[in-house]
Amino acid sequence: MSAAETTPPAALGRGAAAPRALWHVILVRPEAMTLALLILGVIIASQLSPFFLDINYILRSFTLSAEFAIVALVLTLVIIAGEIDLSPAANMALSTCLFAWAQASGIPMPIAIAIGLLAGLAMGALNAFMVIALQLPSIIVTIGTLTLYRGLAQIIAGDKSIRMPDWFIGIDKVLILGIPATVVIFTAFALVLGLILAGTIFGRQIYQIGTNEVAARYAGIRTRRIKLVLFLLMGLVAAVAGMLTASRLGSVRYDLGLGGELQMVLMAMLGGTYIFGGRGTILGTFLAAWLLVVVSTGMTVANLLPAIQLTVLGVLLIVAIIATNLIYSRTQR
Amino acid sequence: MLKKSLIALATGLALTTGALAQDKIDIVFIGKNTGNPYFDSLTKGFVEACEKIACNFEFVAPATAEATSQIPFIEAQVQRGVDVIAISPNSPDALNQVFDAARAKGIIVMTVNGDITGNESHRDLTILPTDFTKVGADQIEMVGSLIGYEGEIAILSATTEAPDQNFWIKGMNEAIKDPKYAKMKLVATVYGDDQPEKSTSEMEALMSNFPDLKGVIAPTTVGIAAAAQVVQSRGVADKVKVTGLGLPSEMRDFVKDGTVTAFQLWSPYNEGWLAAHLAVDLKAGKAKNEVGSTFEVPNLGTITINAGNSINTQSALTTFNAENIDQFDF
Repeated sequence: MSAAETTPPAALGRGAAAPRALWHVILVRPEAMTLALLILGVIIASQLSPFFLDINYILRSFTLSAEFAIVALVLTLVIIAGEIDLSPAANMALSTCLFAWAQASGIPMPIAIAIGLLAGLAMGALNAFMVIALQLPSIIVTIGTLTLYRGLAQIIAGDKSIRMPDWFIGIDKVLILGIPATVVIFTAFALVLGLILAGTIFGRQIYQIGTNEVAARYAGIRTRRIKLVLFLLMGLVAAVAGMLTASRLGSVRYDLGLGGELQMVLMAMLGGTYIFGGRGTILGTFLAAWLLVVVSTGMTVANLLPAIQLTVLGVLLIVAIIATNLIYSRTQR
Repeated sequence: MLKKSLIALATGLALTTGALAQDKIDIVFIGKNTGNPYFDSLTKGFVEACEKIACNFEFVAPATAEATSQIPFIEAQVQRGVDVIAISPNSPDALNQVFDAARAKGIIVMTVNGDITGNESHRDLTILPTDFTKVGADQIEMVGSLIGYEGEIAILSATTEAPDQNFWIKGMNEAIKDPKYAKMKLVATVYGDDQPEKSTSEMEALMSNFPDLKGVIAPTTVGIAAAAQVVQSRGVADKVKVTGLGLPSEMRDFVKDGTVTAFQLWSPYNEGWLAAHLAVDLKAGKAKNEVGSTFEVPNLGTITINAGNSINTQSALTTFNAENIDQFDF
């Protein structure tokens, strides 16, 4: 994972692994595979339809998945730390339903937003409590909470949609330097998280927890605290993402973001995040989000039916998982 | 000698056909979801019309009928620069912004088979299969006649946001207030989301929760097929009467073995046929999208554009039962 090393000291003996060449470290990694797939995707998509290669159209299409992509960034951190969270999409729905219901009842917008964010945090805290304090497997816990949150959202919002005030709608249409605002937010957030993950001790500790939690704990890392922070961050970011979705759609329903958790996990997996933890990068997830958008947009504008799109995405996922595992096991890192 | 004359003949033909061929307009029809046999029939109307007149036709639809699922598809069609977008909307209001963007580019937006209730200003016109204001009343009368105008009935609908479903359900709730139906009671309205599995489990739940249930109206082809299947497998066709809007091809077996006595619909094929002809005529300037104006459609006669830029393909529902069900092949 780190840059090229010098020859191992003679004291290590014949058993030490030979250092990897710099080009090997940079190129033979899952993110390179994601980048290669992305480029391949762009080429194939532009062959499928002459209408694809319009950068404004691609950026506009990205806004349809930008909210999921933002949450997928934090999900990457959670997976690297050895846990998983399948509840963020339902979290988005519940926190946004609470926010929408609050502001529709006349509560001033800033307080309604605060209610939504607090709800997101509370849901993250519930996940954290069950995973950390009760020591339950995070996959089971979050499958349970995803159902719970979605159900609560349906109780609060019923089957109706709650309309947003006109000034709130359309954040995806706001252009910053010609790029939709949600795409800018996604890129900025990816930069920040990427720097934290790669450059800070906190980031390094996330990798260590994911690699071997027991060893990390004995090494003095506060594993429980770090995991708590990650789950809370998930909850908070999911609430924010939910509100961005509400602004894009103009109304809030209980089925906001339905199926989103799969898209987020897909982005993380396609980006080369190792499902068992300990490996993965924000860059990978960033590229994978673009890959997903390119592939689905390319197929949609070529009028390919959803059945074909699902098949292609499934094949992509399998290829990515096989390649990721191959690369990681071969490079022994 | 032969080769030269063949080449000359081919060139001559090519030039002539080139001169005769018109510019074909691009029509896209966006259905509610894939895997819904109802839209196969509608699409066939489009396809066969476009074989005869100057249009290129494609059908796309999202995998699920959620309120916002059609947005990426509409954006893709705008990007492709099609001439006409025909759509069966999954939501009355979620598509407003994207419809406006399409119309700003000169694309004709027509809602087919259902309208965007309350937001009609965002589409150019709507082609309805029949007079929707009568559907609710006709369906209540249908179920009433099957259960002797007495007993508990329930509605098994599609998705909660579908504007056409909600329009009819409202009509049914209004119609049942009539003193003629005083002994009938509407006990529940449940939603099967146009998915066979969910419709089946909702029907089973209805029968468990309301043991005295006598009639079920399912104004969705997926729902009525599921409800009929449940009644058939439980063998309670004499106790619970299923009716609604169904496709003759799907309901034929149920009618033949007596599970379902009668149900209603219109011809989705005619809708597609009409929509394609109207689209071509509008783009060629041969028809005008104005209230009160008329245009001719082969096989369907003179069609009038009603208030609100709305067109009815046929005037009332067609009732299908054991006597006439073999006459239809959709």
